[in-house]
Amino acid sequence: MTATTIPREATKTSPTGPSDRSVAENRLGQKLVAPALIMMVLVTAYPMLQALYLSLFRYRLTTPDDKGFVGLGNYVTILTDSLFWKDTLNTVIIMVVTVAVELVIGFAFAMVMHRIIFARGVMRTAILIPYGIITVVSAFAWQFTFSINNGWVNSWFDWLPGISSTTNWYGDHWHAMFAIMVSEIWKTTPFMALLLLAGLSQISEDMLEAAKVDGATASQRLFKVILPNMRAAIMVAVLFRALDAFRIFDNIFIMTKGAQDTESSSFLTYRQSIEQFQLGMGSALSVLLFLTVLILAYLIVKFFRVDLAQARGEG
Amino acid sequence: MHVPRRSRGAFTPPGRSDTRRRVAGSLAALATAAGVLTACGSSDGTTTLVWYINPDSGGQAAIAKTCSTDEYTITTQTLPQDANQQRVQLARRLEAHDSGIDLMSIDPPYTAELANGGLLAPIPQAEQDKLKQQSFKGATDAATWNGQLVVYPFWSNTQVLWYRKSFVEKAGLDMSQPVTWDQIIKAAADNGGTVAVQANKYEGYVVWINALVSGAGGTLITDASKGVDADVTINSPAGEDAARVIEELAQSKAAPPDLSIAQEGQAGATFGTPQGAFMVNWTYIWHNYDATQPDVAKDIGYAKYPETVQGDSSRPPYGGIGIGVSTYSKHIDEANQAAACLVEPKQQATNGAMTGNMPASPAGYQDPQIQKLFPPALIKLFEDSVNTAAPRTVTPYWSDISGAIQSTWHPPASVTSSTPATSATFIHDVLTGKKLL
Repeated sequence: MTATTIPREATKTSPTGPSDRSVAENRLGQKLVAPALIMMVLVTAYPMLQALYLSLFRYRLTTPDDKGFVGLGNYVTILTDSLFWKDTLNTVIIMVVTVAVELVIGFAFAMVMHRIIFARGVMRTAILIPYGIITVVSAFAWQFTFSINNGWVNSWFDWLPGISSTTNWYGDHWHAMFAIMVSEIWKTTPFMALLLLAGLSQISEDMLEAAKVDGATASQRLFKVILPNMRAAIMVAVLFRALDAFRIFDNIFIMTKGAQDTESSSFLTYRQSIEQFQLGMGSALSVLLFLTVLILAYLIVKFFRVDLAQARGEG
Repeated sequence: MHVPRRSRGAFTPPGRSDTRRRVAGSLAALATAAGVLTACGSSDGTTTLVWYINPDSGGQAAIAKTCSTDEYTITTQTLPQDANQQRVQLARRLEAHDSGIDLMSIDPPYTAELANGGLLAPIPQAEQDKLKQQSFKGATDAATWNGQLVVYPFWSNTQVLWYRKSFVEKAGLDMSQPVTWDQIIKAAADNGGTVAVQANKYEGYVVWINALVSGAGGTLITDASKGVDADVTINSPAGEDAARVIEELAQSKAAPPDLSIAQEGQAGATFGTPQGAFMVNWTYIWHNYDATQPDVAKDIGYAKYPETVQGDSSRPPYGGIGIGVSTYSKHIDEANQAAACLVEPKQQATNGAMTGNMPASPAGYQDPQIQKLFPPALIKLFEDSVNTAAPRTVTPYWSDISGAIQSTWHPPASVTSSTPATSATFIHDVLTGKKLL
């Protein structure tokens, strides 16, 4: 992996074009990837096209006689419905807040994992444990944690203003959203830390040494050397986590079942297609969710100028 | 890492061993397939009927054993705890023509939906006639769709008002007479007690709302047979009475702190605390505290479900289970025979004695196993309650209606006198596909 301080020009191919060897390697690479690619297209393209087709129908599994072509009717219903926009807003709030908090905590964890001298293995494992736990299991754990009946949050933190033994964390929107976001942050911060650790390890010690010799303080080294050189890694981490957070489902399903208006876009789609058997409406929502994720990915890549190849060290 | 083409041959085993390996692979695949295929038949040649049951404390498994014969063995598989999740799993599997389900325990509000989707095999006419004779009217009504009995009424549950005798004595409330919601909320609030109900955003909350509306002489919808064009009637004086009771409890000191997330279990826990005063809950509560809180068990009293409007007889909730036979079962005749046995009054009573879920027939109530389990006055109360219960509307669109009510009436603290009107509009819009649920 190359350090990001290397001028970009230096990494470009020479004017004479790629060598025979790299052409051959590329070709072999394509051949090796082809079977997986074909398989992926088969298993993902079919359901996607099927969803697109179904989204044009009024179709409910348990009232099959009532099936009918409605064109873009389902899309119009969805896009003019306040519930869809409310759920989208919820999802965006969860995405922005959790990714921002995870970025800060994840960076601190990455620093600890990078710099720690003794008990390095134990510390790294400890930090990664939450990420190894199945989301449903961690959501149950957090549901009990915040539970008014048998949770410990109320009894441990009742000295804080606004928290008492009778605080019902699932009793109103913001309390419930807070509990959901805490569980999400706890679960996925290690992932963020891992991605940032990869970025941290790319920074050459020589560069930090040089900055030190030049008299840079610790905070100057952090803001002027470490963070700018980690930009690509940070952006990839943000992109991955943002897309992941936008699809949030498990925590909400376990902790509130969408009550108190805590529903996310994925949860709404699930309810329409799985619980209500509304295959038409559910498919239309799935298509919209897919498009939203696509647009989101495009915007992040575009505006933050994420260079995935550079982050992988292929610059 | 370029691998020369020719070198690949070096790793290919000689032809014979390749053939042998293929044969071995085919045999292994055959053995696996045979194992899967024979899973629905026993090694001794008898048929295995798979009964998907709602979770209970062993009652259904016990009678499955009793009703197994030389021709077939009934085995049980447990569905999720949540009634709606039970519905989702059954409907999805049946829509995929899953022949691995022969019999299933179905919650009454979802019977019409499964029957309308053609997922339930017809019950022989003679058996239908017998079941109508045998069962409570409420149980028969809940099991009927399009004039046909589509499931075998198995158990029928109802709710009563449970109270702590010590608390009522302290509050000076006369429980020998019918009481109203206003009275118990006021008595609890004035004396530091709670009124436990089911008000989480789930089916149980709609059960409560339906009972409150019915108790005031109203209905949620009428003309359910018109499907999506059914008349939504929740916006009525009865609906407003129901909203008033919920608002009153939610705003009162008698509301438990976990009101908006309380299901049956949480309500039971609240009732068992020192602040526990009143609770509406199902029949199994009578033995709920025997092992864990004997002092609470001794302190439990019971009365008819509270009145929404003073002087108007209450209409307690109706719950229960009907047994359906899958259209896609490979053993429909045997499954029908098995279901007929499973719902015999004696089996209903055995199940009732083990689980606290009461029989769906008067004969089941008379069974010594049930008589031994509950005091005669409580049995009479259960029977009266089932007979006057208000079942939820039988319609294939119940899950939409229930979901729309949950969306507009939850949390209880948000309920006002305008809630019935809002919910009526919303239900109508959801049914006609104008709004998302």
